[in-house]
Amino acid sequence: MLSTFLAILRRDLLLSWRGRADLLVTLAFFVVVVCLFPFGVGAEPNQLRAIAPGVLWVAALLASLLALHRLFAQDHADGTLEQLLLSSEPAVLWVLAKIAAFWLTTGLPLVIAAPALALLFDLEQSALPVLTLSLALGTPILALLGAVGAALTLGVRGGGMLLALLVLPLYVPVLIFGAGAVDAHLGGTGAKAQLLLLGGGLAGALALAPWACASALRIAME
Amino acid sequence: MLQATDLACLKGDRLLFRGLALTLGPGEMLRVAGPNGVGKTSLLRLLTGLTQPEAGEVSWHGTALRRSREDFHRALLYLGHSAALNDLLTPLENLHFACAAAGDADVDEEACMQALVRIGLARQLDLPARVLSQGQRRRVGLARLFLSFHRPLWILDEPFTALDVDAVADLAATLSDHCAAGGTVVLTTHQEAPFARAPQVLNLGAYAC
Repeated sequence: MLSTFLAILRRDLLLSWRGRADLLVTLAFFVVVVCLFPFGVGAEPNQLRAIAPGVLWVAALLASLLALHRLFAQDHADGTLEQLLLSSEPAVLWVLAKIAAFWLTTGLPLVIAAPALALLFDLEQSALPVLTLSLALGTPILALLGAVGAALTLGVRGGGMLLALLVLPLYVPVLIFGAGAVDAHLGGTGAKAQLLLLGGGLAGALALAPWACASALRIAME
Repeated sequence: MLQATDLACLKGDRLLFRGLALTLGPGEMLRVAGPNGVGKTSLLRLLTGLTQPEAGEVSWHGTALRRSREDFHRALLYLGHSAALNDLLTPLENLHFACAAAGDADVDEEACMQALVRIGLARQLDLPARVLSQGQRRRVGLARLFLSFHRPLWILDEPFTALDVDAVADLAATLSDHCAAGGTVVLTTHQEAPFARAPQVLNLGAYAC
């Protein structure tokens, strides 16, 4: 069972590496969107400091949305998904492996880049660990929820737009607690509550999203 | 034993066929025949459990598919229209992954390599799949047959497409061997192949609506 999980994880990571231009696009999108804000709202340091958590979080959210449609599209087109659904291993297992590989290649780079970009906004040094932690807990939730949306819109004409409409409302709580964690830290109340809620959200999404995703994929193959 | 009773298949809002029944035991080969669009691929997908029939039931060793999914999928090898190859991976990586994903974790790279050499791809082992010809792509998919003799039921959708004459003969011999060893094969094809024993023929046109 573990060997199947690892085989799929390894393959998806290898595929990401061979098609690494796509990953750079996601990361570049994140960097560019974040950099646009100081131009738009002006270089007033207090204002920039105030909007930093929200901007970084919204940009990370949009960047992870950008890559989402690729999660199952190629496997659906070339018949691999059919073979995976016929595997004697539980579908949840390989769905989780695919989502894990997806997060490692699209979510993790955002988590790593975010603290560097936060310097553009003169975010307090002490808030950087909170920002990183909130993204490290939050982006996997985005990947898990997004995977369900990607599976539901698989093979639908204009699926990309529909996917955004479908998952963006689901991303709202993650955004509120993610950006809220950094705000709370800056406000002096401590970010523990928000981070715990994000952790709880992640545990819940880990438990439920792969099942929903596997069911949606079965329906998509009908 | 693969059994189907009173199957009906709906595609979109059109009924493709109904009232179809079949029973296949060990050692039997069934060729599903009929003109294009009659529902051959749809029937094969029903038999694999990828889609649900509109009416009727498919069962494996007497248990309905939806209640024996894991056992059934351990016994099944299905090769569909598309070869399930990723263009960025080599044939060897593709085949090794296909075996691991199907749950055959004990198939190692060495065995995959031998299967690919056996099917005539010795010189393409480390080329990306996107440079392979249609026939070669088909062969990579078919190489899984040599690693799947422990799976009794083979369901193959147009396995002979794009293959040259020698490969067709070789594949027909492999399928005959599998049946001789107690396996069951269901396939669709429009061309004649030199099987050791002529397969049973199911004319799907007779059940069309």
